This record gives sequence, structure tokens and C-alpha cells, in this order.
Amino acid sequence: MKKIISGNEAIALGFGDSGGVFASGYPGTPSTETLEEVARLGEVYCEWAPNEKVALESAIGGSIAGGRSLSTMKHVGVNVAADALLTLTYTGVNAGLILMVSDDPGMHSSQNEQDSRNYAKFAKVPMLDPSDSQEAYDFVKVGFEISEQFDTPLMLRTTTRISHAKGVVIQQDKIAPQIGEWVKDVPKYVMLPNFGKLKHIEVEARLLKLQEYAETTPLNRIEMRETELGIITSGVAYQHVREACPDASVLKLGMIHPLPARKIREFAKSVKRLVIVEEMDAIFEEQIRAMGIDVEIGKNKLPLCGEINADIIRTALELTVTGATPPVEGLPQRPPVFCPSCAHRGLFTILSKLKVFVSGDIGCYTLGALPPMSAMHSVIDMGASISAAHGMAKVNAIAGRDEKPVAVIGDSTFFHSGMTGLMSMAYNGGNALVIIMDNRTTGMTGGQENPGSGVTLQGIPARQVEMVPLVKALGIDNVAELNAYDLKETEAAIKKGLETPGPYVLIDKNPCILRYKIRKPAMNVDEEKCTGCRACLKVTCMALGLITVGEKQKVRVDPNVCNGCGICMQMCKFDAMHTLEGENNANL
Amino acid sequence: MQIFNIVIAGVGGQGVLMASKVLAESALVSGMDVKQNEVHGMAQRGGSVISFVRIGDQVNSPVVMPGSADLLISFEPLEALRYIHYLKPGGRLIYSKVSINPSTVASGLAIYPDDVEQQIAAICAEAQGIEALAIAREAGNGKAVNMVMVGSVMKHLPLKEEVITEVVKKISQGKGVEVNLKALAGGAAA
Repeated sequence: MKKIISGNEAIALGFGDSGGVFASGYPGTPSTETLEEVARLGEVYCEWAPNEKVALESAIGGSIAGGRSLSTMKHVGVNVAADALLTLTYTGVNAGLILMVSDDPGMHSSQNEQDSRNYAKFAKVPMLDPSDSQEAYDFVKVGFEISEQFDTPLMLRTTTRISHAKGVVIQQDKIAPQIGEWVKDVPKYVMLPNFGKLKHIEVEARLLKLQEYAETTPLNRIEMRETELGIITSGVAYQHVREACPDASVLKLGMIHPLPARKIREFAKSVKRLVIVEEMDAIFEEQIRAMGIDVEIGKNKLPLCGEINADIIRTALELTVTGATPPVEGLPQRPPVFCPSCAHRGLFTILSKLKVFVSGDIGCYTLGALPPMSAMHSVIDMGASISAAHGMAKVNAIAGRDEKPVAVIGDSTFFHSGMTGLMSMAYNGGNALVIIMDNRTTGMTGGQENPGSGVTLQGIPARQVEMVPLVKALGIDNVAELNAYDLKETEAAIKKGLETPGPYVLIDKNPCILRYKIRKPAMNVDEEKCTGCRACLKVTCMALGLITVGEKQKVRVDPNVCNGCGICMQMCKFDAMHTLEGENNANL
Repeated sequence: MQIFNIVIAGVGGQGVLMASKVLAESALVSGMDVKQNEVHGMAQRGGSVISFVRIGDQVNSPVVMPGSADLLISFEPLEALRYIHYLKPGGRLIYSKVSINPSTVASGLAIYPDDVEQQIAAICAEAQGIEALAIAREAGNGKAVNMVMVGSVMKHLPLKEEVITEVVKKISQGKGVEVNLKALAGGAAA
């Protein structure tokens, strides 16, 4: 049957149809929908892990116990899981194991633009790179076969335009899961130095065997057309190449590590001009040039940063580009913003007012860095808010600066890797105010479950981690609750936290209004009382706007957008804002 | 057939993705090749959203290049202007006339231009503005703007109206079926 599904949905479907048994991942754009779809399909066990390292290690356990296992994450998640990956490559697998990693060229929703193909080289594991939803589906099955045949984990790599683009998929026959034996094999799974030394030799030998496989597998195919121009490419870049130069010959790589050297030489000889089109790093190009092959166009003409598209390829090849008019300039930007009635708005209204240094983290609250709040001053990686604030406080103390940093982190990020930083702060006598926005979901990726949600990915009720006892157990004595919807209370609580010496933790327990569909009656403005002073606009809510009444500007609330949190009302000194009676029509 | 390129623009929360899904499913049901793509990074409401639907005998890239859209559907006037350069010469633009303030305007950092519709008309003389919110409310729910917009472009698509109607019926739920079908018909009559 034909379906139109995204690359992520295709991988989920492929996992179920390839005898998949166990899946574990951590949400991260653009990979998130894969496990959500495995859960929705409802045939295979799947779970959210608190972070990517735990996810991959759990999948390793699944494989050792004999079930085909999948671990999913975004590119930066592999950094967290890398400790497991770089030794997993030595142990190999029992049942097949696929690590799905989603890169984000163009950084649509990421903090960096790292190219995961580097990890395949680094870990010496095979990597597949599908170019559409059909291949995303097909490559899961062949991925498991390669993993088991060569006793290796396999990386299945997507990019945003594969994960999120929908295309037509024809489903194949389903393979029933077959769970193998759970075998004790010390030299294989215990990586003591003596066993590891032997395993490293095996890894190198395995890589040579995989290279032979890469030469003959139909995953790497030569499409001969005109011989003037030959292009080596993979993934979504292949689709852009087909669009940009339909007459060019193409070596389409489906297996992108290790590379098929003989096939590349054969292709290079058969065309006059050789071009390499790859998004981000020059991974193919460096290896192909090292083979002594002449490359006319690669990263000398194509970008290292951002996405590639058909026009960029045409420009590099000096072909005619569609004559587009330039975009209209000077339009107001429309960046993402805290949802109407999000509790983060109250917190950042106060942090902005207090002008403290805010060490931030990865989540919706990162938007607090944008103007006019501009109340976040560093964001590095998951969990860094707390550990970086700790370092800042230590150096501030050495420098004699009497200023306490504020760390802001969400519940999911705290469970992911904020806890260890907080434990270090308690242990090492730190001095920072840590604010945990515990909204009981992984908000920015769309509201996934986490250990604080009380329910699992598959909807099973679960033990809910309580934040206050957890924080106390990590060694923090000063823990207080916060209600960010009350601006006065929030300001007082933050000031107290800043004035109290030593680590201090504030926990806001207001749930995510989007995830938990919380509705409140909308606000309206009394135009007689509104002076147009704009104090309320500081809270940056898209429900608010200025209108001209007579000769004066007044604030107006859009009842289709407002969700009645009342944060703007607390900014008004003229009692001009009130709650509308009746049903809320907010489009949330 | 040649590839028919559609760009759908709007504001996060308006249902751009649902509208894209209707068009993509309809193309699939009609036996065509189709690719649909949008970038949805953050879950928050209020950001600018753009989605591509490409329909044809064989579609490679999921991305519509600026200057090559046969049809631009915008759920908001400012977003129509933001993505108007995606239209190819002679391409068609249909937009909802109800403006939504960006956060930059709501916080007083920027001004919503008062001549957006005139600017649109200056670039694309045949652009058509639709009172989509009023039509959606008449259909029973202001949130059905996305179905009104799909309805308003139906006659310009290489897809049969009956097929689109069936797809909307199939993917709507509960009371939404009636509202969405009314919104679709209301858009088609606009």
C-alpha cells in the first residue's frame, strides 16, 4: 500500500516491519517524531530515556539480549551518547542495532551544525544516508542485516529535509520479530584492556570487509547519463542534484561509510568533469581527493555552512538559475515567542527587570535571550546552565565580584544532564541561584513525556519524579517553590535567592499550557483607562498590540490569541486590564 | 505533467501543516507523485511557518525554489509579503486578510506596515484577499481558517475538488468533519 509519510515516520514503520523489538531515544529536532510514531503504531516496545547516553546504552542491552534495537537522537545527542558508541563499536552486537541520528543543516532548531558523518569515521561503523522517505523505510531493514552480518552497530543518518519531508512509501512484507539468545560472552562484551586490544584488531578488519560490501551493494549505484558531468552525492543532496542537472551522471551513495573506493574510481574515469555535492563538511571530498582523484568542484564552490539546494548547485556549475525577484525587505520579523499564557513569560519579565546574568539552557526558555527581554546570556548545551553558572560564581569569587549568577533550566533538561551539575555545585561549595521551570514535559520538541510526566511514551502510568526531594538529595538545602504567574512573588523569591549565600534552587511547577491544553478566559483593555504607556508590552505576548484610538495609541488584546494568564495585567499601573467573562476562544 | 509547486505560509498555530497534509494526501489519492516539506523546529506558537507541496509525475527535491511557485497560499497578509518572492512570473497568490501581530510588533520593537495589501497588489496584481476568519466562524469555528484557504484555492489546483473533499472528510475528527467541510465550501465560494 502507498502512503505519504515523513522520513521519521518511514523509519518507525520500517523498524516495525523489520522485526524491531526495542527502541529508546531522547527527543531532539528533527529526530523526535520517529519514536512518537513507533509508539503510535503500537506494535513495538519503545521508551523515552532521560538522555541519549542512557538511550543508546539501553539499546545496547536490548541487542545483547537478542532483540533488534533502535536508538534515536539528534546530532548533538550523539555527543552525549559518544562514550557508549565508541566502545560499542568494539563489542559489536548480538541482534542488530541501529543508531538513528538526525542532522540539522541550516540549524533550523539546533545550537550547532555538526556533521554526524564524522562519527561514522570516528567510530569506524557503517552509515546509511537515505535520500527520501522510501529509502528511509528500506534502509532500516538492510541496516539490521548489515549490523548482524558484520557484527557492528550501524548509524542511520537523516537530515531535516529527510526527517520532516513527506514522500510516497510502498510498504514491504513484515518480518516477525525473532528474539535471539541472551549469551554470556566475556571477551566480546567486557572491554577490559586485554579484550579491547583484540577487539580493536577486529574493528579494523571489519572495516575492510565493510568496504568490500560497499563496492558491490546496490545501496551505492551509478546512474549513467551524459558523460560530460559526473556528480557524487548522497541524501537529500541527491534530490537537489537531480533537480539542478537532470542530464548529469550520478554516483548515488546510500552507504556513506566506508566509501567504495573502486566504484568511485570507475565512476570518475567514466565522466569528463567530476563534482561532489555534499551538505556541510567535505567528508567525501577529502577521502576522494586522498585517493588521488581529480575533483573539479567541491567545497571550492559549494558551501560548508547551511543547506544545499538546486539553485546553489546550479550557481556552482554556472548554469542558469531561476530568475527570482529578491525578498521584500524591511518587514517586521516574526520569531517564535513564548506561547500566550506560558509561565516562562512571567519569569523572564522579572529576570529582564533585575538585569542579572542568566546562564541558560536548551528549551523553550532559550527564547528569553531574544529582545526585548534579552535576559539570557549564555546557552551552550544540555545542562550547561547549572555547571557554567557554577564556574562563573567561582571565578566571580576569586575576582572579588559580588554578583550571583542565575541558571535557568527546564525539567527535561534537568533530568537529562542538569542534575550532575547541581550535585557538583552542592559538593564543591558553589554559589548560584538555579531556577527549574518544571512544566512536566519536554516542551520545545512538542511536549514529550519525561520522568516527571507520570506517564511513559506508550501512555503507561509511571512513577513521577518529584523535583523538591530530588534537588535536596543532590545536596541542596535551600529549595523553594515559585509561581512565575505572580510577578511580585517571583521578584521577591528571586531576590531572596540572590541574597542568600550558597546554592539556592527555585522550582516553578506550572504545567506547560500547550501540552496540557490549559484554557483561561481572555483579558480585555478598558480604553478609557489605558494611557498607552506600553508597560504591558514588555511581557512580549503576541495577544497584545497597539491600536490608534482618536489621536492616542491604546493597547488592544486579541481575544483569539489571549489565554488569560494575567501577566500583562500585573504590569498595568492604571487598572486598565480585566478578565473577559465567558468561554476562551484562544487558538492554542 | 510538469511539477506544480505550492507554497503555504502562515503563523505557527494556524494549521499550515494540516492544510499541507490535505493537499499532499489528495495528490497521493490522485495517483501522482508528491513531496511535502516544512521546517517545524520549535513547538511554540507565533513564529513564521512555511510549507512546500510539490505535485507531479516524478518529484525529486522536497524544496520549492524562490521564483518557482505556481501557487502561494498565505494565512496572513504579512506572511504573504514575506514569501511573495517564491512566486514564479504569473504565479497565483491567495491570502487571508486577517493580520496577526508578530511578537516584534506586540512588544513595540517594530511596526506592522499599514500598506501590506497595497504592497502585495503592487507585486502581484491578481492577488486575491479572502475574509477567511469570518468564513471560518460562519462554518462554526474560527480555527478552520486553514480549510477555508484550501477551499479558496481548489479550483486552481491540478486536483479534483471531490478528492480534496473526501480527504478532508477522512482526516477530520468528530464535530470537525462538518465544520471543515463547511469551511472548505465557504472558501471555494469566496
